[in-house]
Amino acid sequence: MHDIAQVAVNFINLDAGNLIYLFLVGFVGGLVSGFIGSGGAFVLTPAMMSMGVPGLVAVASNMCHKFPKALIGALKRAKYGQVDVKLGIVLGISAEAGVLYGAHIQEGIKKSFGEAGSNLYVSAAFVIILAIVGGFVLLDAWKTYRSGAASEEEKVTKLAKWVQSINIPGTMVYFKSLNARISVLFTIPLGFATGMLAATIAVGGFIGVPSMIYVMGAPSLMASATELVIAFVMGLGGSFKYAMHGLVDIRLAMIILAGSLFGIQLGAIGTTYVKPFIIKVVMGVIMVTVLFSRALMVPVYMSQLHLIQEINAGSVTLLKNVSFGIMIFALALGAFIVLKAMWQGRRAEKLAAVEAYEHGKV
Amino acid sequence: MAEGKVKKKPVGKMLLMGVISASLYALLLLKQDVVIQYIGRGGMYAFLPILTAFVFSFVHGSFTGNFWTVMGIEAAKKKKEVK
Repeated sequence: MHDIAQVAVNFINLDAGNLIYLFLVGFVGGLVSGFIGSGGAFVLTPAMMSMGVPGLVAVASNMCHKFPKALIGALKRAKYGQVDVKLGIVLGISAEAGVLYGAHIQEGIKKSFGEAGSNLYVSAAFVIILAIVGGFVLLDAWKTYRSGAASEEEKVTKLAKWVQSINIPGTMVYFKSLNARISVLFTIPLGFATGMLAATIAVGGFIGVPSMIYVMGAPSLMASATELVIAFVMGLGGSFKYAMHGLVDIRLAMIILAGSLFGIQLGAIGTTYVKPFIIKVVMGVIMVTVLFSRALMVPVYMSQLHLIQEINAGSVTLLKNVSFGIMIFALALGAFIVLKAMWQGRRAEKLAAVEAYEHGKV
Repeated sequence: MAEGKVKKKPVGKMLLMGVISASLYALLLLKQDVVIQYIGRGGMYAFLPILTAFVFSFVHGSFTGNFWTVMGIEAAKKKKEVK
């Protein structure tokens, strides 16, 4: 249990400016999450920390807004037939184990190499994973767009076909999103990796969604919707763990939730208007943009660890600000693509309706 | 069963949930000293923030859902059939 002094240190005073800021970032983060299944956390956690919220409280409060948000998003998208609850729960449970293991590794690194070592590990993980996965997702979306096959049904990758063809007796489970049986020996490590990434960079979906699409063979719409179930399972367990240590600032979590529930409903509605490859575009664009933000911080942490020449304080502040600015830009860019695609979809639907009406009259 | 062409918008439901949601938020922010004291205790008090999150998500989620419907922003008519 924490004493009163500790509580006072952990929980900051909230003013109107902070409330509005968190509400707005929550809204944009929710919009993107409703669409691609995750996102927002990478901006929300540093945004809270910039207000003076201690790192762990920021992570805990973010998680405590994530699971109720994911629940509402998953329920909404389930109405559109996009959620595979079974796959979400199976992956969610193994992701929970990944979160615990990821947090354990983080603690070990912090003990051995200090704060800067831990930050360097997180940033390096960000840059390497986002470069590989984000680059691949974006390339795939680009190829689909260029080939003119954007309107066609998505093709199952060769890798996913192979995964679906492997029969390991006693481990096979049918998943409706894949319309196939696959071995849980494939889903467990993928869920675990999702959780580990969530514990490290706060956005497990950057591994979860691409692995459902490319490794298991789920359509983009179902993968991004199912990610919300994973986020719910993972977020609920994680929030409880942090709450046991008194680290959740429920005020922060609920204010972010106030904005993000507006956003997640809108993002979920947006998925019914767009072609599936747009999900990949939004995800890939955000991943690749965030990558630059983290890459800028790598030299700062390397200098703190004396691995390179020391960088002066002014440059460190500049790099930090630019890095944060790029993250906000990444989120805003994702939200812009979602809203634009949704607006175009709605306009096309209206035009089609008018045309059908005119046709009927003639 | 004859169905009207214009679907009735859930204005009443939105307002009701909006008022409950606003009251919950007012309570949370006006009584934040008490809230912080209990939630910061940890241990079995961990159930409090989790329960709070569920209640807020249900009420505010219902409000925001109805809000967009009242605003005329709804899912595409032709639902994409996803296998």
